Amino acid sequence: MEEGQRILAQFVSEKGEAAGAPFDLPLDVSTEKLQLICNAILQQEDTVPYAFYVDEKEITSTLSESLSKEDQETEQVLSIVYQPQALFKVRAVTRCTSTIEGHAEAVISVAFSPDGRYLASGSGDTTVRFWDVTTETPHHTCKGHKHWVLCIAWSPDGRRLASGCKNSQIIVWNPETGKQEGKVLTGHKQWITWLAWQPFHLNHECRHLASASKDGNIKIWDVVRGACLRTLSGHLQSVTCIRWGGTDLIYSASQDRTVKVWRASDGILCRTLQGHGHWVNTMALSTDYVMRTSWFDPVQATINYQRISQSAEELSKIAQDRYDTVKGSEPERLVTGSDDFTLFLWQPEKEKTSVARMTGHMQLINDVAFSPDTRLVASASFDKSIKLWNGHTGKFITTLRGHVSKVYQVSWSSDSRLLCSGSSDSTLKVWDVKTNKMSGDLPGHADEVYAVDWSPDGQRVASGGKDKVLKIWRR
Amino acid sequence: MPQNEHIELHRKRYGQRLDHEERKRKKEAREPHERAHKARMLTGIKAKLYNKKRHNEKIQMKKTIKMHEEKKTKKRNKEEVPEGAVPAYLLDREGQTRAKVLSNMIKQKRKEKAGKWDVPLPKVRGQGENEVFKVIRTGKRKTKAWKRMVTKVTYVGEGFTRKPPKYERFIRPMALRFKKAHVTHPELKATFCLPLIGVKKNPSSPMYTSLGVITKGTIIEVNVSELGMVTQGGKVVWGKYAQVTNNPENDGCINAVLLV
Repeated sequence: MEEGQRILAQFVSEKGEAAGAPFDLPLDVSTEKLQLICNAILQQEDTVPYAFYVDEKEITSTLSESLSKEDQETEQVLSIVYQPQALFKVRAVTRCTSTIEGHAEAVISVAFSPDGRYLASGSGDTTVRFWDVTTETPHHTCKGHKHWVLCIAWSPDGRRLASGCKNSQIIVWNPETGKQEGKVLTGHKQWITWLAWQPFHLNHECRHLASASKDGNIKIWDVVRGACLRTLSGHLQSVTCIRWGGTDLIYSASQDRTVKVWRASDGILCRTLQGHGHWVNTMALSTDYVMRTSWFDPVQATINYQRISQSAEELSKIAQDRYDTVKGSEPERLVTGSDDFTLFLWQPEKEKTSVARMTGHMQLINDVAFSPDTRLVASASFDKSIKLWNGHTGKFITTLRGHVSKVYQVSWSSDSRLLCSGSSDSTLKVWDVKTNKMSGDLPGHADEVYAVDWSPDGQRVASGGKDKVLKIWRR
Repeated sequence: MPQNEHIELHRKRYGQRLDHEERKRKKEAREPHERAHKARMLTGIKAKLYNKKRHNEKIQMKKTIKMHEEKKTKKRNKEEVPEGAVPAYLLDREGQTRAKVLSNMIKQKRKEKAGKWDVPLPKVRGQGENEVFKVIRTGKRKTKAWKRMVTKVTYVGEGFTRKPPKYERFIRPMALRFKKAHVTHPELKATFCLPLIGVKKNPSSPMYTSLGVITKGTIIEVNVSELGMVTQGGKVVWGKYAQVTNNPENDGCINAVLLV
C-alpha cells in the first residue's frame, strides 16, 4: 500500500445512527487515533474507550488491516461502527488465594451479593454458608434445610438470600446475622430448581420471590408475610429456569420444550415460545446483570465497602436509570439453551417468534449468559467448548476451546471483557473475549467444579465443586 | 440317616397324634427346668463350655427381642440426607453421568502414597523359559537349536517389522498377538475394551517385558482416553496401568484390572 492513502469515513453507532459528518481519514490510522477522533466528534466530557468495527470485524491495530481490498477502492463513505466499552477494567484472576473447607458435601451453588460484599454458598450437606470475602473465612452457617440446597439467590438489595432445597422448601436468610427470616416457604411438591427475585427498580422492598420446581409449577411468594401469592401452572414438566424481567414479566423455561411468559402482577400467561426440540435447560436475559447488581455500579466499586447513604427511593431510581441505559430503546432479549444442542434468541415482550436460532454446539447446552453490556452471549456446553454469539443478531462469533470435559457454568466479569468458566475437568479457565484466547488456567479443585461466580466488583471469583471446598481466586 | 422324607410323608398321610400340640407345649414348658438342672449339675470344663454357650445364646436372644421392639414402636422417620449431592442442572441426568465418572483424585493420591506396587495380584507364579519358549530346530539337518517361539500371548507394538529369518531369535506368532484388553475399573465396576499401549512389566523376567509377553499378573499399559479421566491440572489422562488377571494364552482374551 502506498503512503498516505485516504478514505472517506463516518462513525455510526450500534443502532445505525450516524455521528457527525463524514470525514477524511488516512488508511493507516490506528485505533488510538480513532478513539480521540470519536471522542471529539461525540463531544464526550470524559474520554470513553471505544471499540471500532468495520463490516463486523474489529479494528485491532490500524484501519487498513481490517479492510479488505474491495473496501479500499470504493468511493462510498466507509461506516465505522463504534461501541463504547466499560470505563473500568477488571483484571483477570490468576491465583487461588484461599481454599476454604467447611462444607461436608459438594458445593452446589455459589453467589456473590449484588455489591460483592457477601458471599454465600449452598451445599449438599443441607447448609447455606456465608463467607467473609475480605478475610476469606467462614462467617455464618445456616442450618434449616433437610436436604441438599440446590439453588440460592440474592435479593437485588443484598439484604436477603433465598435458598431452595431438594425437599421443596425455601428459606430466606439474613446475611448480617445468618438467621432465618420469616417462615419456611413450603408448597412445592418436588425439588426447587431455580429462584428469582423481583427486580429492584420495580419494587425496592424486595419482598417478592419466584420459585420454580421440578413439579412444573412456579410460585410467587411474599417473603415478608411468608405466604404464597400465586401459583403459575401450565408447564407439563419440570421448570428448569426462571427469570424475572425488568418489565414485570416472568420467563420460565421447562423440560416440556417451551418457554412461557407470565405477567407477574396477575399471573396471566402472556406467551408460549416454542421452537426447541428437547428440554430447555437454561435461559439468560440481556438485562440479567444490571438487574442482579441493581443500584450497585461496578464503576464505583471500591476496595473498602462504603455504607449506603441513599434512601431506598433514590437507590431505586439509580437502578431504574441503569436498567434503562443497558436496555436501550429495544425490548429485552432472551436467549435459551437446550438439550437439542441449539440456542434461540427471542424478544419475548414483542413477539413469540424467535429472532435467531443459534446452532453449532455438538452437545447439550448447560449454561448461557449475556455479557453485562448485552453485546455478547456466552454458552457453555457439554461438548467441552464455550461459544460466543452476537447478543443482538445471534450470529456466531467464535468458539473457546480448552476444557477437556463438560463445561458446567460461565460467569462474566462486570466489564464484559473477561469470562470465567468452570468445568467437570476440575479446572476453571479465564477467557479474554477481545482476543478469544484463554488468559488463565486455574487448576486446583480436586474434582468437578459445579458453581462459578465472578463478584460484581470484579475483585474475586468464587468456585465450588464436588471436592467440598470453596475456592476464592484473585488476580 | 433317613434317605427320604419319611416322617413328613407319614404325617401327611396319617396326620399327627391327637395330643401332639399338648405334648409339644408341655415339652417346651419343661425345657427351662431341664436347662437349669443341666446348668446346676455340670461341673468342670463341661460346665464352662455350657455356660459360655448359654451366655452367647442369651445375648443373641436379647438382641432379637430388642430388634423386634424397635420394629414395633412407631417413630418419626429421620430422613438421612443421601450423599453425592449434584446441582439442579445435573439432577435429571444422573443416569447419564454416572457411567463415565471422573476419577477422584484425592483417592488416587492416597493410593499412590500407600505404595507404588500395591497391585491386585501381588503374587504371581513364575514362568519358566521352557514354558514360554518352544525351541525351534533349524538348519538343513535340524541340528541347530538357537531359535525360540513364544508360546504365550504377546503385545507387539505398531510398526514392528520382523527381522530376516537368519537373525530372528524370537518368533512371536501372529495368532497370539493382541491389541486390545478388557479392562475393569474397580471403582466403577465397569469393563471397557481398551487398546494396549505396551507391556510395563512382566514380573517373571525382564526379558519377557522387552518381548512383550503377557501372562497372568503382567502390568500392561492401556489407552484410557475414552474413559475421560482427568489429572489434577485438567489434562486428559492418556495411558494408565492395568494388571492382567487371567491366563490369556488359555482364554483367548486379556482381562485386566485398572490400577487406580
